[in-house]
Formats: sequence, structure tokens, C-alpha cells
Amino acid sequence: MNSLLIEYLPIVVFLALATGLSLVIVLASVVVARQKPDAEKLSAYECGFAAFQNAHSPFDVRYYLVAILFIIFDLEVAFLFPWAITLGKIGLVGFWSMMGFLGILTIGFIYEWRKGALDWE
Amino acid sequence: MVNSLMQSGFNSFFATAIDLVAKIMLIIVPLLVAMAYLTYAERKVLAASQHRRGPNVVGPFGLLQPLADGLKLLMKETIVPSGANRFLFLIAPMVTFILALVAWAVIPFDQGMVLSNLNVGILYIFAISSLGVYGIIVAGWASNSRYSFLGALRSAAQMVSYEVSIGLVLITVLLCAGSMNLSAIVEAQRKIWYIVPLFPMFVIFFISGLAETNRSPFDLPEGESELVGGYFTEYSAMSFALFYLGEYMNMILVAAMTAVLFLGGWLSPLESLEFIPGPIWLFAKMALVLFLFLWVRATVPRYRYDQLMRLGWKVFLPFTLFYLVLVAGVLVGMGWLPV
Amino acid sequence: MILATIAFYFFAAICVASAVLVVTLRNPVHSVLFLILAFFNAAGLFVLLGAEFIAMTLVVVYVGAVAVLFLFVVMMLNIDKVGMKEGFQKYLPIGGIVCAILLAELILAGFGIRAAAGEAAGAASGAVVPPASTLTNTEQLGMVLYTDYFILFQSAGMILLVAMIGAITLTLRHHPRVKRQNVGDQVARDSKSTVRLVKVKSGEGVKP
Repeated sequence: MNSLLIEYLPIVVFLALATGLSLVIVLASVVVARQKPDAEKLSAYECGFAAFQNAHSPFDVRYYLVAILFIIFDLEVAFLFPWAITLGKIGLVGFWSMMGFLGILTIGFIYEWRKGALDWE
Repeated sequence: MVNSLMQSGFNSFFATAIDLVAKIMLIIVPLLVAMAYLTYAERKVLAASQHRRGPNVVGPFGLLQPLADGLKLLMKETIVPSGANRFLFLIAPMVTFILALVAWAVIPFDQGMVLSNLNVGILYIFAISSLGVYGIIVAGWASNSRYSFLGALRSAAQMVSYEVSIGLVLITVLLCAGSMNLSAIVEAQRKIWYIVPLFPMFVIFFISGLAETNRSPFDLPEGESELVGGYFTEYSAMSFALFYLGEYMNMILVAAMTAVLFLGGWLSPLESLEFIPGPIWLFAKMALVLFLFLWVRATVPRYRYDQLMRLGWKVFLPFTLFYLVLVAGVLVGMGWLPV
Repeated sequence: MILATIAFYFFAAICVASAVLVVTLRNPVHSVLFLILAFFNAAGLFVLLGAEFIAMTLVVVYVGAVAVLFLFVVMMLNIDKVGMKEGFQKYLPIGGIVCAILLAELILAGFGIRAAAGEAAGAASGAVVPPASTLTNTEQLGMVLYTDYFILFQSAGMILLVAMIGAITLTLRHHPRVKRQNVGDQVARDSKSTVRLVKVKSGEGVKP
């Protein structure tokens, strides 16, 4: 097994331990504490009446817009990671290549701004 | 360390496994204690800034208060609302807690004192922190309650918005350090801590950290004046405690990341102080950042949602992008890039 | 080595199983959650291949961003149990054909890589081995992505631009009569232009 994979082994063990710990914490509480549920206790929190309908209702489309814009900028950041650590080796060509890329995306960003997509109403 | 796994004897295998578990416990246990006393510190700092005394009844100076709180939560009934999706409802806080823990695997405490020295350490932290949103969304959806659902939506959009600027700040640090390995980033700060050349980025990282961890002034997802408790309205007992633990451990993680990226991690500020071990320096720096967290909470009023989105998208994003290009330009122009 | 093999079969099995669950489960939210599990295991497979950067990016972009959007959409649709399976019979042939083509391509590509690797390594091993180098995986990517693949990189930027504009044209609706805050205007106001002191005689009131 190569040294790269060896470094990931502790993370796997850590993940397993953390999962075990969280299970133990929740189960311990269920075992130790007295469980005595009733209908009122189990009803969803409302202002003293039963909920009229399912709480999963459609919501503002703006949340999708935020999520989509986030995907695009997240991808941009993903492209920047290898660039940031190799800039010393790829020199000016690499620098201007990325400036072109960022320039294109800045056009998009200005478009968003002017369109008012970044305003929350 | 783990290299002894190469000699695939059963004895050495078990020895390594025990060694590994012991090391992980050495991270988890102090972390949980630190988290408990962070809640204590928070109440004391808030109290002091409001001219009160804070917890002072349980134990000397109220020092046993976190234990009492924990025991109380343990003895509470675990309530799963009748309309909820039982499985997801119980899984969500665990996800938050597990993610808050596993991110610690790559934090370097001293030279060579790191559990797994990943080449892509910073990207690993970025990935784990981008998953934090799931615990919240799933909790809000599975509770099947209006308040939880709204809180979860807000929180998701908020965390997502500030993650972009955090990503750009990380890139700027990478430009200066030339490596994604966290130990290498600390070593690269031997000459100068990055807080000096990248001070604006330090400020933005800290504020985005507040937003990522849903701390005030960005605590709208749990804004009790409008959303009761936000996404954990319906939670009780230890499930609630897991969210709480996760949130505070994330705060400590942001503090650790700030220390590693900007404050020189385990490095001592003066050469004459180098006899003090590295981890102590790291903890001191983390404590400083955590105090800032508490101070902000005591001082700054809560943002309105449109202001919060505006700050993230219209101020931080363009500014970090500009500063990133500026730093890259200066580094290339001056030939200061790490090779 | 044995541990890596076990890990491979573990990740691969969970990946395939959760992918099957994505299309068969009735509750779309559960489907998305299993999709996330599948992404994770795919990331695990990438790590086993030594492609750390791709593994982490898969988690950051797909799990951290794309799947969040999926969850938003699925939560909004609010189809908890309704007839998701209605069109199943109708679309089965087309879906089947697409699947078959994809599978065939994957197999062909697999053989292609095997053949290439076989030629390179003198048919010694069929596995895909990353070239030995002192550079990390991410650095190797960075060395070629921005210079050798300049055109492709810029077109990726163009695609992102198109996606941005498309998303805005499709989803942006301005609500009428919404008051917006203009921070610049607010800050620029001073008391001279906004406050007027008027002496009012009693019984006359203030004329605007």
C-alpha cells in the first residue's frame, strides 16, 4: 500500500469512531431517561393549534437561484485550487490564462449584479 | 507511524490499530472538554460584558456547570414529533456531530504532530465544511414543522453564500504558501504570519466563519424572535445536544483554521519564546479567536436577512476576488511565488 | 495491499447499491440522500486511485453544491408519495437504450485504458497506475490544465458564464412593489438635507 493511502486510514478510523460515539450518546439518553410520549408532546410546534397542512410547502424561487449561483462559483473556486499551488511553476502563461477565466466569470457576475439577481427581496 | 502496517503481521496490525485509536481519542476527548468549557466561557464572557456574574453556583466559580448541563440533557426524554421522518430526524444531528469531529483529522498541532498529513488538507476541510449544511437541511425537512423548515432553508442559503468567499480566502493563502498541506502552510509562515500581508482576508475569513457556524450576528436560522429555535425547534435531549456540540466544535474548528492559516499555527511569535511548546501557542491563538467570537456575540445586533445576503454576495465576493487577483499579480510581478 | 482491495470492493458495492436505491426508492428525498452516499463512495474510489484532488472536488462540488440544489428542488416539489412511477413503463425502452449505450461505452473505454496501460507497462499489469513523480496529484493537474489545455479551460469558463446567464433568465422574477435598501443612499444622507426645524405658531399647524 502506498504512502498516500496510508494517510487516509486514520480518517476512516476517525469516521468510524465518531459515528460510534454519536450513536452511543443518543442511545444512552434513550436508555437512561424516562420515555413517556403522548400525543400533545409529539405534535409539531405551533401556536397552540394543530398544523393545518404538511409543513413542506413550496418556497421562494430565490433560494434556487442562490443555490445555482453557488454551484457556479464553487466550480470556479475548484478551478482555482490547482492554479494557486502551481502558479510558481506555470508562470505568466498560467497567470494570464486564469485572468481570462476570471474575466469571463466577472462578466457574468456584473450581469447578475445589474439584473438584480443578488438582491434579496 | 502507520507505516508499520507495511509489515503485515497480525501483532503489528493490532498495535497500529490501538495506537491509531489512542491518537484519535487524544483529539476527541480534549475537544469535547474544550467544547464544554467553551459554553462556560461564553456565559461568563456574556455575563461580564452585561455586568452580571454568569454561572457561579455549581462547583467553584461555577466550573462544573457544563457537566450539570450535560447530565440534565442526558436525563431528558427524546421526543420524535409524530409527523417527522423518524430515521432522518435522528440521523441529522449525528451527521452534524460526526462532520464537526472528522474535520479535526488534518489539523496540525505541532511539527509532525498531525493525525493524517494529507496533501490536500485544506481541500479536505473545505469539503467537510461544505457538508455541514446537510445536518441542518435534513433536520429541518425531517422535523415536518414550519419553523424548522424555514430555519433550515435560511441556514442553507446563508452557509452556501459565505462558502464562496471562504473558498476565495483559502485560495489567497494557498497562493502565498504554495501547498495545500496544512503543516506546510504553517511552515511557510516562518518569515511572516499571513495576517500581516493578508489582513483584509483574515477579517473576511473570520466574519464568514461566524456566518458558517451560524453565530451571531448571523444567527438568523435560529433567530428565536421569529423562528422559535430554527432548524432544531423540534429537538430534545441528546439529539439537541449533538447539534449544540457540533455547533461549538465547528466554532473551535474555525478558530483552529484561523490560527493555522493566518496566525502561524504552532509557531511562536518571538524567537525568545520558542521554549514554549508549539501546541500551547496554537491553543493560545485559538483561545484568542474564540474570545473574538464571544465578544462579537455580546456586542453586535443580529443582521436582517437581505443585509446578510448582500454582505455575502455584493461585498465579500467581489472584494475577495479583487484581493485574490491583486495578491496573485503582486506575487507574480515581484517573483515572490513559492516554487 | 489487501486493505486497499477490501476498501475497493467496499466502496464499489455501496456505490452500486445506493445508485440502485436512487432510482427505485419511492420518496425522492431519500433518493437524493442515497445519491449523496453514492458520490461519497465514488470519492473513496478516486482516493484509492490516488486522485486526491478529484475526490475532494467531487465532494465539494457534487455533494456540497449540486446535491444541495437537488434537495431544494425535491423538497419544494413536495412529492412525498405521489405517482412518481407513472411514466416508468413508457420511458423504459428509451431509458434502457441509453443505459445500454453508456454501459457499452464504459466497457470499451475500460478495455481501451487497459490496452494503453498494457502497452505502456509492457503488459505487466492491467491496473491504471498514476505516473511516479515527486509532484502531488493536484500539482500535476495544475501543471497542464491552465497551459496545455488552455482552450478547454477557457471554454469551461464560457460554459459557466452561459449557465449563470441561463439560471438568471429562467428563475429571476422581480416582485412588484418591493422596497429595496440602498445602502449608499442611506449612508450619504445627512441631517441638513433631511431634518428641517420649523417654528410653528400655535393653532396654524405645519405646511408641508
